Amino acid sequence: MAENSKDNKFWDPEITTASRDKIISIQIENLKKTLKHCYENNNFYKKRIDDAGLNPDKIKDLSDIEKLPFTSKDELRENYPFGLFCTPLSKVVRVHSSSGTTGNPTVVGYTKEDLEIWADALARIMYDVGVREDDIVQVSHGFGMFTGGFGFQYAAERIGALVIPISGGNTERQLKIMTDFKSTVLCCTPSYTLYMAEIAEKIGIDFSKLHLKFGFLGAEPWTEPMRAEIEKKLCMNALNSYGLSEVIGPGVSCECLVKDGLHINEDHFLPEIIDPKTGKTLPHNQQGELVFTSLSKKAFPVIRYRTKDISYLYLDDCSCGKKLIKMAPPMGRTDDMLIIRGVNVFPSQIEEVLMQIKDLEPHYLIVLTRENYLDKIEVWVEVSEKIFHEKLMDLEFFEKSIEDKLYSAIGIHIKVSLKEPRTIARSEGKAQRVWDRREKI
Amino acid sequence: MPVKQLTVFLENKAGRLAEVAKILKDKNINLQGFSTTEARDYGILRLVVSDTELARQSLKEAGFTTHIADAICVKVEDKPGELFKVLDVLAKEGINIDYIYVIAGTRLVLSVQDIQKAEEILKKNNVLLC
Repeated sequence: MAENSKDNKFWDPEITTASRDKIISIQIENLKKTLKHCYENNNFYKKRIDDAGLNPDKIKDLSDIEKLPFTSKDELRENYPFGLFCTPLSKVVRVHSSSGTTGNPTVVGYTKEDLEIWADALARIMYDVGVREDDIVQVSHGFGMFTGGFGFQYAAERIGALVIPISGGNTERQLKIMTDFKSTVLCCTPSYTLYMAEIAEKIGIDFSKLHLKFGFLGAEPWTEPMRAEIEKKLCMNALNSYGLSEVIGPGVSCECLVKDGLHINEDHFLPEIIDPKTGKTLPHNQQGELVFTSLSKKAFPVIRYRTKDISYLYLDDCSCGKKLIKMAPPMGRTDDMLIIRGVNVFPSQIEEVLMQIKDLEPHYLIVLTRENYLDKIEVWVEVSEKIFHEKLMDLEFFEKSIEDKLYSAIGIHIKVSLKEPRTIARSEGKAQRVWDRREKI
Repeated sequence: MPVKQLTVFLENKAGRLAEVAKILKDKNINLQGFSTTEARDYGILRLVVSDTELARQSLKEAGFTTHIADAICVKVEDKPGELFKVLDVLAKEGINIDYIYVIAGTRLVLSVQDIQKAEEILKKNNVLLC
Protein backbone atom coordinates (compact mmCIF):
# COMPACT_ATOMS: atom_id res chain seq x y z
CA MET A 1 0.00 0.00 0.00
CA ALA A 2 1.30 3.45 -0.85
CA GLU A 3 2.56 5.35 2.14
CA ASN A 4 1.18 8.66 3.23
CA SER A 5 1.84 11.10 6.00
CA LYS A 6 -1.78 11.46 7.11
CA ASP A 7 -2.71 13.86 9.90
CA ASN A 8 -6.08 15.14 11.10
CA LYS A 9 -6.41 17.62 8.31
CA PHE A 10 -4.49 16.29 5.33
CA TRP A 11 -4.07 12.87 3.81
CA ASP A 12 -0.54 13.51 2.68
CA PRO A 13 0.69 16.87 4.00
CA GLU A 14 4.30 16.09 3.13
CA ILE A 15 3.27 16.39 -0.50
CA THR A 16 0.25 18.65 -0.53
CA THR A 17 1.76 21.36 1.64
CA ALA A 18 5.31 20.99 0.36
CA SER A 19 7.28 23.96 -0.92
CA ARG A 20 7.48 24.61 -4.64
CA ASP A 21 11.13 23.57 -4.68
CA LYS A 22 10.36 20.28 -3.05
CA ILE A 23 7.49 19.56 -5.46
CA ILE A 24 9.66 20.35 -8.45
CA SER A 25 12.47 18.12 -7.26
CA ILE A 26 9.96 15.28 -6.74
CA GLN A 27 8.59 15.91 -10.21
CA ILE A 28 12.00 15.86 -11.86
CA GLU A 29 12.93 12.66 -10.06
CA ASN A 30 9.66 10.98 -11.04
CA LEU A 31 9.85 12.27 -14.59
CA LYS A 32 13.29 10.70 -15.02
CA LYS A 33 12.01 7.39 -13.68
CA THR A 34 8.91 7.45 -15.87
CA LEU A 35 10.75 8.35 -19.07
CA LYS A 36 13.33 5.70 -18.36
CA HIS A 37 10.59 3.16 -17.74
CA CYS A 38 8.88 4.10 -21.02
CA TYR A 39 12.19 4.04 -22.88
CA GLU A 40 13.09 0.59 -21.68
CA ASN A 41 9.69 -1.00 -22.11
CA ASN A 42 7.98 0.43 -25.16
CA ASN A 43 9.31 0.87 -28.68
CA PHE A 44 6.95 3.71 -29.53
CA TYR A 45 8.29 5.78 -26.64
CA LYS A 46 11.90 4.60 -27.13
CA LYS A 47 11.84 5.96 -30.66
CA ARG A 48 10.32 9.23 -29.53
CA ILE A 49 12.84 9.77 -26.78
CA ASP A 50 15.71 8.86 -29.13
CA ASP A 51 14.38 11.15 -31.86
CA ALA A 52 14.24 14.00 -29.36
CA GLY A 53 17.85 13.29 -28.40
CA LEU A 54 16.84 13.01 -24.77
CA ASN A 55 18.58 10.93 -22.16
CA PRO A 56 16.11 10.28 -19.31
CA ASP A 57 18.95 10.08 -16.81
CA LYS A 58 20.18 13.52 -17.73
CA ILE A 59 16.97 15.45 -17.27
CA LYS A 60 17.71 18.51 -15.17
CA ASP A 61 14.70 20.67 -15.67
CA LEU A 62 11.01 20.05 -16.17
CA SER A 63 11.14 22.12 -19.34
CA ASP A 64 13.27 19.36 -20.92
CA ILE A 65 9.98 17.63 -21.55
CA GLU A 66 9.16 20.23 -24.19
CA LYS A 67 11.64 18.47 -26.47
CA LEU A 68 9.26 15.53 -26.67
CA PRO A 69 6.29 15.52 -29.02
CA PHE A 70 2.72 15.37 -27.73
CA THR A 71 0.71 12.19 -27.57
CA SER A 72 -2.74 12.51 -29.08
CA LYS A 73 -5.88 10.50 -28.61
CA ASP A 74 -5.52 9.34 -32.21
CA GLU A 75 -2.14 7.85 -31.39
CA LEU A 76 -3.69 5.97 -28.51
CA ARG A 77 -6.27 4.62 -30.96
CA GLU A 78 -3.64 3.69 -33.52
CA ASN A 79 -1.95 1.58 -30.88
CA TYR A 80 -5.16 -0.17 -29.92
CA PRO A 81 -5.46 -2.15 -27.78
CA PHE A 82 -2.23 -2.59 -25.79
CA GLY A 83 0.44 -0.99 -27.98
CA LEU A 84 1.32 1.77 -25.53
CA PHE A 85 1.43 -0.38 -22.43
CA CYS A 86 4.82 -0.23 -20.75
CA THR A 87 4.63 -3.39 -18.66
CA PRO A 88 4.00 -6.97 -19.79
CA LEU A 89 0.31 -7.88 -19.72
CA SER A 90 1.10 -10.33 -16.94
CA LYS A 91 1.71 -7.31 -14.67
CA VAL A 92 -1.46 -5.54 -15.77
CA VAL A 93 -4.41 -6.32 -13.53
CA ARG A 94 -7.05 -4.01 -14.97
CA VAL A 95 -8.04 -2.23 -18.12
CA HIS A 96 -10.46 0.64 -18.57
CA SER A 97 -11.57 2.21 -21.77
CA SER A 98 -13.10 5.38 -23.05
CA SER A 99 -16.12 5.17 -25.30
CA GLY A 100 -15.17 4.63 -28.90
CA THR A 101 -17.76 6.65 -30.72
CA THR A 102 -15.36 7.17 -33.60
CA GLY A 103 -13.10 4.27 -34.45
CA ASN A 104 -11.28 2.23 -31.82
CA PRO A 105 -11.79 3.02 -28.16
CA THR A 106 -8.76 4.04 -26.13
CA VAL A 107 -7.64 1.35 -23.72
CA VAL A 108 -5.73 2.10 -20.55
CA GLY A 109 -4.12 -0.39 -18.18
CA TYR A 110 -3.18 -0.50 -14.49
CA THR A 111 -0.75 -2.62 -12.51
CA LYS A 112 -1.59 -3.43 -8.90
CA GLU A 113 0.59 -0.51 -7.85
CA ASP A 114 -1.12 1.77 -10.36
CA LEU A 115 -4.47 0.96 -8.76
CA GLU A 116 -2.96 1.85 -5.38
CA ILE A 117 -1.72 5.14 -6.75
CA TRP A 118 -5.15 5.85 -8.20
CA ALA A 119 -6.92 5.07 -4.92
CA ASP A 120 -4.44 7.15 -3.00
CA ALA A 121 -4.55 10.17 -5.29
CA LEU A 122 -8.33 10.40 -5.09
CA ALA A 123 -8.44 9.49 -1.39
CA ARG A 124 -6.14 12.45 -0.79
CA ILE A 125 -8.63 14.75 -2.50
CA MET A 126 -11.63 13.39 -0.62
CA TYR A 127 -9.92 13.24 2.78
CA ASP A 128 -8.61 16.78 2.51
CA VAL A 129 -12.12 18.04 1.81
CA GLY A 130 -13.35 16.26 4.92
CA VAL A 131 -14.42 12.74 3.94
CA ARG A 132 -13.72 10.36 6.83
CA GLU A 133 -14.39 6.77 7.94
CA ASP A 134 -17.89 7.56 9.10
CA ASP A 135 -18.97 8.95 5.74
CA ILE A 136 -21.32 7.13 3.41
CA VAL A 137 -20.30 7.56 -0.18
CA GLN A 138 -22.90 7.05 -2.88
CA VAL A 139 -21.07 6.37 -6.13
CA SER A 140 -23.56 7.15 -8.87
CA HIS A 141 -20.97 7.18 -11.62
CA GLY A 142 -21.14 4.22 -13.95
CA PHE A 143 -19.13 1.13 -13.07
CA GLY A 144 -17.65 -0.78 -15.97
CA MET A 145 -15.17 0.35 -18.57
CA PHE A 146 -15.69 3.96 -17.42
CA THR A 147 -13.26 4.92 -14.65
CA GLY A 148 -15.68 7.07 -12.64
CA GLY A 149 -17.33 4.38 -10.56
CA PHE A 150 -14.28 2.34 -9.59
CA GLY A 151 -12.10 5.36 -8.89
CA PHE A 152 -14.42 6.72 -6.23
CA GLN A 153 -15.06 3.28 -4.79
CA TYR A 154 -11.33 2.64 -4.27
CA ALA A 155 -10.66 6.07 -2.85
CA ALA A 156 -13.55 5.99 -0.40
CA GLU A 157 -12.64 2.49 0.73
CA ARG A 158 -9.03 3.57 1.12
CA ILE A 159 -10.23 6.23 3.56
CA GLY A 160 -12.38 3.63 5.25
CA ALA A 161 -15.69 5.21 4.35
CA LEU A 162 -18.73 3.13 3.47
CA VAL A 163 -19.27 2.81 -0.27
CA ILE A 164 -22.64 2.43 -1.97
CA PRO A 165 -21.69 1.28 -5.49
CA ILE A 166 -25.11 2.06 -6.90
CA SER A 167 -23.78 3.12 -10.33
CA GLY A 168 -25.78 5.42 -12.61
CA GLY A 169 -29.45 5.39 -13.49
CA ASN A 170 -32.70 4.43 -11.76
CA THR A 171 -33.05 7.80 -10.16
CA GLU A 172 -35.94 7.01 -7.82
CA ARG A 173 -33.90 4.16 -6.37
CA GLN A 174 -30.90 6.47 -6.03
CA LEU A 175 -33.04 8.82 -3.97
CA LYS A 176 -34.51 6.08 -1.83
CA ILE A 177 -31.05 4.69 -1.02
CA MET A 178 -29.75 8.20 -0.41
CA THR A 179 -32.59 8.78 2.08
CA ASP A 180 -32.55 5.38 3.80
CA PHE A 181 -28.77 4.88 3.98
CA LYS A 182 -28.20 8.56 4.88
CA SER A 183 -25.56 9.11 2.17
CA THR A 184 -23.21 11.96 3.01
CA VAL A 185 -21.15 12.07 -0.19
CA LEU A 186 -22.38 11.89 -3.76
CA CYS A 187 -20.18 11.16 -6.79
CA CYS A 188 -21.68 11.65 -10.25
CA THR A 189 -21.93 14.14 -13.09
CA PRO A 190 -23.21 17.65 -12.29
CA SER A 191 -26.05 17.31 -14.77
CA TYR A 192 -27.22 14.13 -13.07
CA THR A 193 -27.57 15.90 -9.71
CA LEU A 194 -30.06 18.29 -11.28
CA TYR A 195 -32.04 15.44 -12.70
CA MET A 196 -32.04 13.87 -9.22
CA ALA A 197 -33.33 17.18 -7.85
CA GLU A 198 -36.14 17.21 -10.38
CA ILE A 199 -37.25 13.67 -9.56
CA ALA A 200 -36.90 14.36 -5.83
CA GLU A 201 -39.24 17.30 -6.12
CA LYS A 202 -41.71 15.20 -8.06
CA ILE A 203 -41.80 12.39 -5.51
CA GLY A 204 -41.61 14.71 -2.51
CA ILE A 205 -38.05 14.21 -1.22
CA ASP A 206 -36.56 17.26 0.48
CA PHE A 207 -32.76 17.42 0.26
CA SER A 208 -32.57 19.74 3.25
CA LYS A 209 -33.74 16.76 5.34
CA LEU A 210 -31.13 14.40 3.84
CA HIS A 211 -27.50 14.15 4.91
CA LEU A 212 -25.41 15.09 1.87
CA LYS A 213 -22.30 17.12 2.66
CA PHE A 214 -20.13 16.88 -0.42
CA GLY A 215 -20.69 16.17 -4.07
CA PHE A 216 -17.65 15.26 -6.15
CA LEU A 217 -18.97 16.13 -9.56
CA GLY A 218 -17.19 15.76 -12.82
CA ALA A 219 -16.82 14.14 -16.24
CA GLU A 220 -18.32 17.18 -18.00
CA PRO A 221 -17.70 20.92 -17.98
CA TRP A 222 -19.97 23.00 -15.76
CA THR A 223 -20.22 26.56 -14.60
CA GLU A 224 -20.34 28.64 -11.43
CA PRO A 225 -24.08 29.44 -11.73
CA MET A 226 -24.74 25.73 -12.17
CA ARG A 227 -22.83 25.08 -8.94
CA ALA A 228 -25.05 27.61 -7.18
CA GLU A 229 -28.14 25.84 -8.51
CA ILE A 230 -26.87 22.40 -7.44
CA GLU A 231 -25.85 23.60 -3.97
CA LYS A 232 -29.22 25.25 -3.47
CA LYS A 233 -31.17 22.23 -4.64
CA LEU A 234 -29.13 19.40 -3.10
CA CYS A 235 -27.99 21.25 0.05
CA MET A 236 -24.35 20.15 -0.24
CA ASN A 237 -20.96 21.48 -1.27
CA ALA A 238 -20.70 20.85 -5.00
CA LEU A 239 -17.04 20.33 -5.91
CA ASN A 240 -15.55 20.15 -9.36
CA SER A 241 -13.66 16.89 -9.76
CA TYR A 242 -11.48 16.35 -12.79
CA GLY A 243 -9.96 13.28 -14.31
CA LEU A 244 -9.72 11.28 -17.49
CA SER A 245 -9.05 7.63 -18.07
CA GLU A 246 -5.97 8.27 -20.21
CA VAL A 247 -4.31 9.99 -17.25
CA ILE A 248 -5.79 7.77 -14.49
CA GLY A 249 -9.50 8.49 -14.05
CA PRO A 250 -10.96 10.72 -11.32
CA GLY A 251 -8.22 11.85 -8.95
CA VAL A 252 -6.19 14.04 -11.28
CA SER A 253 -7.45 17.23 -9.66
CA CYS A 254 -10.36 18.55 -7.63
CA GLU A 255 -11.55 21.65 -5.87
CA CYS A 256 -11.09 22.07 -2.16
CA LEU A 257 -13.81 23.73 -0.10
CA VAL A 258 -12.47 27.14 -1.10
CA LYS A 259 -13.97 26.35 -4.54
CA ASP A 260 -11.49 28.44 -6.42
CA GLY A 261 -9.61 26.23 -8.83
CA LEU A 262 -8.79 22.53 -8.80
CA HIS A 263 -5.64 21.40 -6.96
CA ILE A 264 -3.71 19.05 -9.22
CA ASN A 265 -2.04 15.98 -7.76
CA GLU A 266 1.10 17.16 -9.46
CA ASP A 267 3.43 14.64 -7.87
CA HIS A 268 1.63 12.04 -10.01
CA PHE A 269 0.54 14.09 -13.01
CA LEU A 270 2.68 16.81 -14.50
CA PRO A 271 0.48 19.50 -16.06
CA GLU A 272 1.29 21.85 -18.91
CA ILE A 273 -0.84 24.34 -20.80
CA ILE A 274 -0.18 24.68 -24.50
CA ASP A 275 -1.46 26.75 -27.35
CA PRO A 276 -3.65 24.19 -29.16
CA LYS A 277 -2.74 25.68 -32.55
CA THR A 278 1.03 26.10 -32.27
CA GLY A 279 1.80 23.56 -29.56
CA LYS A 280 3.83 26.17 -27.71
CA THR A 281 3.94 25.87 -23.93
CA LEU A 282 2.11 28.76 -22.27
CA PRO A 283 2.94 30.45 -18.98
CA HIS A 284 0.74 30.29 -15.90
CA ASN A 285 -2.57 32.17 -16.04
CA GLN A 286 -2.78 31.85 -19.79
CA GLN A 287 -5.60 29.80 -21.19
CA GLY A 288 -4.92 26.89 -23.49
CA GLU A 289 -5.10 23.12 -23.78
CA LEU A 290 -4.21 20.98 -20.78
CA VAL A 291 -1.47 18.42 -21.31
CA PHE A 292 -0.47 15.77 -18.78
CA THR A 293 2.58 13.58 -18.32
CA SER A 294 2.43 10.63 -15.93
CA LEU A 295 4.95 10.71 -13.13
CA SER A 296 4.18 7.48 -11.31
CA LYS A 297 2.01 5.08 -13.32
CA LYS A 298 3.68 2.01 -14.79
CA ALA A 299 1.30 0.05 -17.02
CA PHE A 300 0.05 2.96 -19.07
CA PRO A 301 2.04 6.12 -18.55
CA VAL A 302 1.35 8.98 -20.94
CA ILE A 303 3.89 11.50 -22.14
CA ARG A 304 2.55 14.95 -22.92
CA TYR A 305 -0.97 13.69 -23.49
CA ARG A 306 -3.24 16.29 -25.05
CA THR A 307 -6.50 16.27 -23.10
CA LYS A 308 -8.34 18.72 -25.38
CA ASP A 309 -9.65 20.34 -22.18
CA ILE A 310 -9.32 24.09 -21.99
CA SER A 311 -8.05 25.60 -18.77
CA TYR A 312 -5.14 27.50 -17.29
CA LEU A 313 -2.71 26.83 -14.47
CA TYR A 314 -1.97 29.07 -11.52
CA LEU A 315 -0.37 29.11 -8.12
CA ASP A 316 -2.05 30.92 -5.29
CA ASP A 317 -1.90 30.98 -1.56
CA CYS A 318 -4.99 28.83 -1.12
CA SER A 319 -6.61 29.28 2.26
CA CYS A 320 -7.23 25.52 2.49
CA GLY A 321 -3.53 25.15 3.19
CA LYS A 322 -2.66 23.00 0.20
CA LYS A 323 0.10 24.31 -2.00
CA LEU A 324 -0.46 22.15 -5.04
CA ILE A 325 -0.77 23.98 -8.34
CA LYS A 326 -4.28 24.77 -9.50
CA MET A 327 -6.11 24.47 -12.78
CA ALA A 328 -9.15 26.56 -13.57
CA PRO A 329 -12.36 24.54 -14.07
CA PRO A 330 -12.19 23.36 -17.68
CA MET A 331 -14.47 25.61 -19.71
CA GLY A 332 -14.89 23.05 -22.45
CA ARG A 333 -12.98 20.96 -24.90
CA THR A 334 -11.17 22.11 -27.98
CA ASP A 335 -13.52 19.91 -30.01
CA ASP A 336 -16.65 21.17 -28.21
CA MET A 337 -16.00 24.66 -29.41
CA LEU A 338 -18.70 25.82 -31.78
CA ILE A 339 -17.76 28.24 -34.48
CA ILE A 340 -20.87 30.17 -35.35
CA ARG A 341 -20.42 32.68 -38.14
CA GLY A 342 -16.81 33.06 -37.17
CA VAL A 343 -17.41 33.49 -33.45
CA ASN A 344 -16.05 30.86 -31.08
CA VAL A 345 -18.69 29.74 -28.63
CA PHE A 346 -18.40 27.19 -25.85
CA PRO A 347 -21.55 25.52 -24.59
CA SER A 348 -20.43 26.49 -21.08
CA GLN A 349 -20.73 30.18 -21.97
CA ILE A 350 -24.35 29.65 -22.92
CA GLU A 351 -24.93 27.66 -19.76
CA GLU A 352 -23.49 30.44 -17.65
CA VAL A 353 -26.05 32.88 -19.01
CA LEU A 354 -29.00 30.50 -18.76
CA MET A 355 -28.27 29.46 -15.18
CA GLN A 356 -28.47 33.05 -14.03
CA ILE A 357 -31.98 33.54 -15.29
CA LYS A 358 -34.48 33.40 -12.49
CA ASP A 359 -36.99 30.58 -12.59
CA LEU A 360 -35.54 29.00 -15.69
CA GLU A 361 -35.26 25.22 -15.36
CA PRO A 362 -31.61 24.05 -15.43
CA HIS A 363 -32.06 21.95 -18.55
CA TYR A 364 -31.12 23.14 -21.99
CA LEU A 365 -30.10 21.96 -25.43
CA ILE A 366 -28.07 23.83 -27.99
CA VAL A 367 -29.32 23.05 -31.48
CA LEU A 368 -27.27 23.80 -34.56
CA THR A 369 -28.92 24.01 -37.95
CA ARG A 370 -28.01 25.36 -41.33
CA GLU A 371 -30.24 27.61 -43.34
CA ASN A 372 -29.23 29.03 -46.73
CA TYR A 373 -25.65 27.93 -46.08
CA LEU A 374 -25.52 29.86 -42.83
CA ASP A 375 -25.07 28.24 -39.47
CA LYS A 376 -27.85 28.93 -37.02
CA ILE A 377 -27.73 28.36 -33.34
CA GLU A 378 -30.74 27.93 -31.17
CA VAL A 379 -31.17 27.16 -27.51
CA TRP A 380 -34.06 25.12 -26.25
CA VAL A 381 -35.29 25.76 -22.75
CA GLU A 382 -38.37 24.51 -20.96
CA VAL A 383 -41.42 26.43 -19.86
CA SER A 384 -42.22 25.70 -16.24
CA GLU A 385 -45.21 27.00 -14.35
CA LYS A 386 -42.93 29.51 -12.68
CA ILE A 387 -42.51 31.43 -15.89
CA PHE A 388 -45.79 30.59 -17.60
CA HIS A 389 -48.52 33.08 -17.16
CA GLU A 390 -51.37 33.34 -19.47
CA LYS A 391 -50.17 36.07 -21.80
CA LEU A 392 -48.38 35.24 -24.99
CA MET A 393 -46.46 38.48 -24.82
CA ASP A 394 -45.02 37.49 -21.44
CA LEU A 395 -43.51 34.41 -23.04
CA GLU A 396 -42.24 36.35 -26.00
CA PHE A 397 -40.77 38.91 -23.65
CA PHE A 398 -39.13 36.12 -21.67
CA GLU A 399 -37.60 34.62 -24.83
CA LYS A 400 -36.42 38.00 -25.95
CA SER A 401 -34.86 38.81 -22.59
CA ILE A 402 -32.83 35.58 -22.68
CA GLU A 403 -31.80 36.29 -26.27
CA ASP A 404 -30.62 39.75 -25.23
CA LYS A 405 -28.61 38.38 -22.32
CA LEU A 406 -26.98 35.77 -24.57
CA TYR A 407 -26.16 38.45 -27.11
CA SER A 408 -24.54 40.74 -24.61
CA ALA A 409 -22.48 37.89 -23.11
CA ILE A 410 -21.45 36.10 -26.28
CA GLY A 411 -21.89 38.56 -29.10
CA ILE A 412 -24.02 36.54 -31.47
CA HIS A 413 -27.73 36.18 -31.88
CA ILE A 414 -28.90 32.92 -30.43
CA LYS A 415 -32.56 32.16 -30.87
CA VAL A 416 -34.30 30.93 -27.76
CA SER A 417 -37.02 28.40 -28.22
CA LEU A 418 -39.46 27.53 -25.46
CA LYS A 419 -40.36 23.89 -25.10
CA GLU A 420 -42.84 21.92 -23.06
CA PRO A 421 -41.59 20.47 -19.76
CA ARG A 422 -39.40 17.36 -19.94
CA THR A 423 -38.98 17.52 -23.69
CA ILE A 424 -35.23 18.04 -23.24
CA ALA A 425 -33.54 14.73 -22.49
CA ARG A 426 -32.27 14.34 -18.91
CA SER A 427 -28.88 12.89 -18.31
CA GLU A 428 -27.91 10.14 -15.90
CA GLY A 429 -24.31 10.42 -17.01
CA LYS A 430 -22.58 12.89 -19.26
CA ALA A 431 -25.11 15.40 -20.51
CA GLN A 432 -25.51 15.87 -24.24
CA ARG A 433 -25.72 19.65 -24.54
CA VAL A 434 -25.37 20.08 -28.26
CA TRP A 435 -27.47 18.65 -31.06
CA ASP A 436 -25.82 19.27 -34.38
CA ARG A 437 -28.41 19.05 -37.14
CA ARG A 438 -26.31 20.71 -39.83
CA GLU A 439 -26.12 18.40 -42.76
CA LYS A 440 -22.61 17.09 -43.24
CA ILE A 441 -21.19 18.61 -46.38
CA MET B 1 -67.82 37.00 -10.79
CA PRO B 2 -64.94 36.38 -13.16
CA VAL B 3 -64.75 33.00 -14.83
CA LYS B 4 -61.77 30.66 -14.26
CA GLN B 5 -59.91 30.12 -17.45
CA LEU B 6 -57.32 27.37 -17.87
CA THR B 7 -54.28 28.26 -19.97
CA VAL B 8 -51.98 25.62 -21.46
CA PHE B 9 -48.58 26.03 -23.10
CA LEU B 10 -48.42 24.01 -26.31
CA GLU B 11 -45.54 23.43 -28.64
CA ASN B 12 -46.44 23.73 -32.29
CA LYS B 13 -46.50 20.09 -33.18
CA ALA B 14 -49.01 17.70 -34.58
CA GLY B 15 -51.28 16.04 -32.07
CA ARG B 16 -50.69 18.23 -29.02
CA LEU B 17 -54.15 19.80 -29.06
CA ALA B 18 -55.67 16.35 -29.68
CA GLU B 19 -53.78 15.15 -26.60
CA VAL B 20 -55.43 17.85 -24.48
CA ALA B 21 -58.84 17.04 -25.90
CA LYS B 22 -58.34 13.36 -25.13
CA ILE B 23 -57.41 14.02 -21.51
CA LEU B 24 -60.56 16.13 -21.06
CA LYS B 25 -62.66 13.42 -22.68
CA ASP B 26 -61.14 10.68 -20.52
CA LYS B 27 -61.86 12.66 -17.37
CA ASN B 28 -65.36 13.45 -18.59
CA ILE B 29 -64.70 17.17 -18.42
CA ASN B 30 -66.97 19.30 -20.58
CA LEU B 31 -65.32 21.87 -22.77
CA GLN B 32 -67.41 25.00 -22.96
CA GLY B 33 -65.14 26.87 -25.27
CA PHE B 34 -61.54 27.61 -26.13
CA SER B 35 -59.21 29.75 -28.16
CA THR B 36 -55.65 29.38 -29.40
CA THR B 37 -52.96 31.96 -29.97
CA GLU B 38 -49.82 31.14 -31.85
CA ALA B 39 -46.27 32.43 -31.69
CA ARG B 40 -43.18 31.17 -33.52
CA ASP B 41 -42.84 27.65 -32.19
CA TYR B 42 -45.58 27.42 -29.66
CA GLY B 43 -49.01 28.56 -28.81
CA ILE B 44 -51.28 29.21 -25.89
CA LEU B 45 -54.51 27.36 -25.47
CA ARG B 46 -57.19 28.92 -23.32
CA LEU B 47 -60.01 26.75 -22.10
CA VAL B 48 -63.22 27.20 -20.18
CA VAL B 49 -64.25 23.82 -18.79
CA SER B 50 -66.74 22.29 -16.39
CA ASP B 51 -64.08 21.43 -13.79
CA THR B 52 -61.06 23.71 -14.02
CA GLU B 53 -59.11 22.18 -11.11
CA LEU B 54 -59.54 18.61 -12.31
CA ALA B 55 -58.61 19.62 -15.83
CA ARG B 56 -55.49 21.36 -14.59
CA GLN B 57 -54.42 18.46 -12.42
CA SER B 58 -54.93 15.97 -15.25
CA LEU B 59 -53.01 18.07 -17.76
CA LYS B 60 -50.19 18.66 -15.29
CA GLU B 61 -49.86 14.95 -14.67
CA ALA B 62 -49.56 14.46 -18.41
CA GLY B 63 -46.67 16.92 -18.44
CA PHE B 64 -48.31 20.13 -19.64
CA THR B 65 -47.47 23.53 -18.26
CA THR B 66 -50.68 25.21 -17.14
CA HIS B 67 -51.92 28.34 -15.49
CA ILE B 68 -55.30 29.46 -14.19
CA ALA B 69 -56.36 33.02 -14.83
CA ASP B 70 -59.48 35.04 -14.25
CA ALA B 71 -61.44 36.46 -17.17
CA ILE B 72 -64.73 38.22 -17.61
CA CYS B 73 -67.62 36.24 -19.02
CA VAL B 74 -70.67 37.96 -20.47
CA LYS B 75 -73.89 36.59 -21.94
CA VAL B 76 -74.95 37.98 -25.30
CA GLU B 77 -77.89 37.26 -27.57
CA ASP B 78 -77.39 35.42 -30.86
CA LYS B 79 -78.28 38.45 -32.97
CA PRO B 80 -76.60 41.31 -34.86
CA GLY B 81 -74.93 44.11 -32.85
CA GLU B 82 -74.36 42.18 -29.63
CA LEU B 83 -70.56 42.19 -29.81
CA PHE B 84 -70.53 45.89 -30.62
CA LYS B 85 -72.66 46.66 -27.61
CA VAL B 86 -70.14 45.14 -25.22
CA LEU B 87 -67.06 46.51 -26.96
CA ASP B 88 -68.50 49.99 -27.21
CA VAL B 89 -69.19 50.19 -23.50
CA LEU B 90 -65.61 49.29 -22.68
CA ALA B 91 -64.05 51.43 -25.41
CA LYS B 92 -65.88 54.51 -24.16
CA GLU B 93 -64.34 53.98 -20.74
CA GLY B 94 -60.90 53.53 -22.30
CA ILE B 95 -60.60 49.89 -21.34
CA ASN B 96 -58.36 47.82 -23.58
CA ILE B 97 -59.18 44.18 -24.26
CA ASP B 98 -56.18 41.88 -24.33
CA TYR B 99 -58.08 39.07 -26.00
CA ILE B 100 -61.63 37.88 -26.45
CA TYR B 101 -63.31 34.71 -27.63
CA VAL B 102 -66.70 33.07 -27.82
CA ILE B 103 -67.75 30.03 -25.83
CA ALA B 104 -70.89 27.88 -25.89
CA GLY B 105 -74.22 29.51 -25.05
CA THR B 106 -73.25 32.70 -26.90
CA ARG B 107 -71.01 33.92 -24.13
CA LEU B 108 -67.94 36.05 -24.54
CA VAL B 109 -64.78 35.52 -22.52
CA LEU B 110 -62.57 38.57 -22.38
CA SER B 111 -59.43 39.59 -20.62
CA VAL B 112 -58.62 43.10 -19.43
CA GLN B 113 -56.14 44.61 -17.03
CA ASP B 114 -58.63 45.54 -14.31
CA ILE B 115 -61.33 42.92 -14.25
CA GLN B 116 -63.29 44.37 -11.34
CA LYS B 117 -63.50 47.81 -12.89
CA ALA B 118 -64.55 46.43 -16.27
CA GLU B 119 -67.22 44.26 -14.66
CA GLU B 120 -68.69 47.24 -12.85
CA ILE B 121 -68.85 49.22 -16.05
CA LEU B 122 -70.49 46.37 -17.90
CA LYS B 123 -73.05 45.89 -15.13
CA LYS B 124 -73.91 49.57 -15.11
CA ASN B 125 -74.54 49.35 -18.85
CA ASN B 126 -76.84 46.36 -18.47
CA VAL B 127 -74.52 43.78 -19.94
CA LEU B 128 -75.31 40.39 -18.46
CA LEU B 129 -72.35 38.88 -16.63
CA CYS B 130 -72.24 35.13 -16.08
